[in-house]
Amino acid sequence: MTDQAQLLPGTLDLLVLRAVSLGPLHGYGILLRIGQISGQALLIEQGALYPGLFRLVRQGLLKSTWGTSENNRRAKFYELTAEGRRRLQEETDSWNRLAGAIAAALSPQPEEL
Amino acid sequence: MISLDSLRTRFTDFFQRERLRAEMEEELRSHIAHRADDLERSGLDRAVAERRARIEFGGREKYKEQIHDTLGSNFLTTVLQDLRFALRVLRKSPGFTLAAVLTLAMAIGANAVVFSVMNAFVLRPLNVPDAASLYALQHGNEHSGYESYADYMDLRDRNHSFASLIAYNVVRLGLDAGDEPTSVFGLEASGNYFDSLELHPYLGHFFHASDEQGPNSAPFIVLSYDFWHTHFHDDRGVVGRVVRLNKHPFTILGVAPRDFNGTLLFFNPEIFIPIVNHPQWGGEDLNTREAHWVFELMGHLKPGVTPAQTVSDLNSIGAQLEKAYPKDERKMTFLLVRPNLYGDYLGQPVKAFMAGLMLLAGLILLAACANLGSLFAARAADRSREVALRLALGSRRRRILRALFTEAMLISLAGGGAGVCGSVVLLRAMSAWRPFPRWPIHIGVNPDVTVYAVALLLAVVSGLLFGAVPVRQVLDTNPYQVVKAGSNARMGRRITLRDVLLVVQIAICAVLVTASMVAVRGLARSLHANFGFDVQNVLLAETDLGMADYAQDRVPAMQKRMIEGLQAIPGVESVGLADSLPLAARGESPDAHWQKL
Repeated sequence: MTDQAQLLPGTLDLLVLRAVSLGPLHGYGILLRIGQISGQALLIEQGALYPGLFRLVRQGLLKSTWGTSENNRRAKFYELTAEGRRRLQEETDSWNRLAGAIAAALSPQPEEL
Repeated sequence: MISLDSLRTRFTDFFQRERLRAEMEEELRSHIAHRADDLERSGLDRAVAERRARIEFGGREKYKEQIHDTLGSNFLTTVLQDLRFALRVLRKSPGFTLAAVLTLAMAIGANAVVFSVMNAFVLRPLNVPDAASLYALQHGNEHSGYESYADYMDLRDRNHSFASLIAYNVVRLGLDAGDEPTSVFGLEASGNYFDSLELHPYLGHFFHASDEQGPNSAPFIVLSYDFWHTHFHDDRGVVGRVVRLNKHPFTILGVAPRDFNGTLLFFNPEIFIPIVNHPQWGGEDLNTREAHWVFELMGHLKPGVTPAQTVSDLNSIGAQLEKAYPKDERKMTFLLVRPNLYGDYLGQPVKAFMAGLMLLAGLILLAACANLGSLFAARAADRSREVALRLALGSRRRRILRALFTEAMLISLAGGGAGVCGSVVLLRAMSAWRPFPRWPIHIGVNPDVTVYAVALLLAVVSGLLFGAVPVRQVLDTNPYQVVKAGSNARMGRRITLRDVLLVVQIAICAVLVTASMVAVRGLARSLHANFGFDVQNVLLAETDLGMADYAQDRVPAMQKRMIEGLQAIPGVESVGLADSLPLAARGESPDAHWQKL
């Protein structure tokens, strides 16, 4: 467990949008998908997912429908709205810029050598 | 103000939230079930898997609260939650609840009664259209409004301020509708009375200014609704019927509106007759200026005319009259007053008395609030462990305070409701009561919307007052210390709010008890006062010879016959005759006979 990283604030929403962009998922499925695409590198308490999900639905980035899961249980499935897809694109771009800038700032500078 | 529309959206919102909450529960359950499925597949027992899944999920309540927060809190949901909780808590301590509700019921009930009476006496205007611009005349140098009829005519015709000035007087007459003559109280009114008050008859029609053609020219009667109801049994055929008033024929014109009881508060005349017929029952001559017998003048001011302008207008007419009739006129200056209680004559003492009563009632409520405040503080101290536990479990102080205030509000509203119910019973009885059977005095103090609104306001304010007492206690609670030290942990003894409240309460109660003792003793004394004459075995018989149209010289002869007749009754020791009774207001009782048995 120790090699798992804590999430930066605000990044869970981005991960959720990303996970759902590949197809409709229920809450538990979203967690599994995040684990899968992040290589199990992130530590997320399971319940912490839900306040974010409700917030994203309220913001109109996700929409939800009740359906039946692969385990034959009733579950609520989430998928991206058009707005959500646009937001994911924007957030991904800005994350990449930020990550790039930070990575550049943290990489060894010429004068240090 | 909350509009109906926004209320509706709040309600739909509320029901959507209830649905969302159910969905949320199901979703979280579904999540845990899915996790448990996975764990089970990895070889765990179902029960163990479910337990693991729940633990892995984390603090469910915490996340549910967070979800609620993201949805934004709904006012109605929180209030309902608080209400449910408060009801549960109060049900657990029925003794406390009952005591608190009863205390408040009495305090708020007392206030509702006093306020209702004040409302009827002082605040509520006369029951006529546009009562706000209705003013009565009062003499500048004394609290009365009596005028002579001739002066009334001059004031009416010369003033430029009143839309029309009306005059009325109260008279007691004998009405003979063919069976037994009954004694009735009549309101002698100027011809413009009904028209300028903008009243419309319930039945038939009214008399008008055009009916006045000199003394005794308008033999018409308008019945009050109540009198028509009780004495003519709602007979719509009375219009046009001729009845006898003090033996003179009068035609019934119509019936006054149902809720119109004349222009003097609490004095409900039974009939209305034209004032020009005043001489017909042996009254004063209409042209004389020395007899000031017209009870009151009043009228609506013309639009745009201020009371101050009116007063100077009237005063200049008064100065003219003083100059023209120096022999007959006293000082003629005027004030404008509210007509309800005959201006300041009754108005001032009644207002002062009601203000005093209201103050006492307010003190009662304050004492009750102080009492409940200390009760609540004591309760909060007893519950400090519960409060601490809830704080430790993550409840916010604001939420706990809300719950406490909800309890206080619930108690105060229940108390207020009970108090108002009690006061309504009392006020109904008071309204039906006729304190002086000889006089048509009705104290119409039935509570109206204002009274209910004030009672509600009082309940809410007192709820906030005594609910606020334990606020500091909750805010100061340190959950760690209280839980560690147990419920017996108390701060060092020092002067607390509760001590102050106790002192306030005792002080107020001392004032109230003293005031009521003084009042009761005063009443007891005046009931057993020594009048200087013996009232034992004295009977009073009242007659009004005017009702049978006895006047002038025929009166003494008839009185002599009556004295002789009474003396002839076996057992009668002595008989006397008086115009007015000892201790009765002058002129109140015509021809009273005393007889000693």
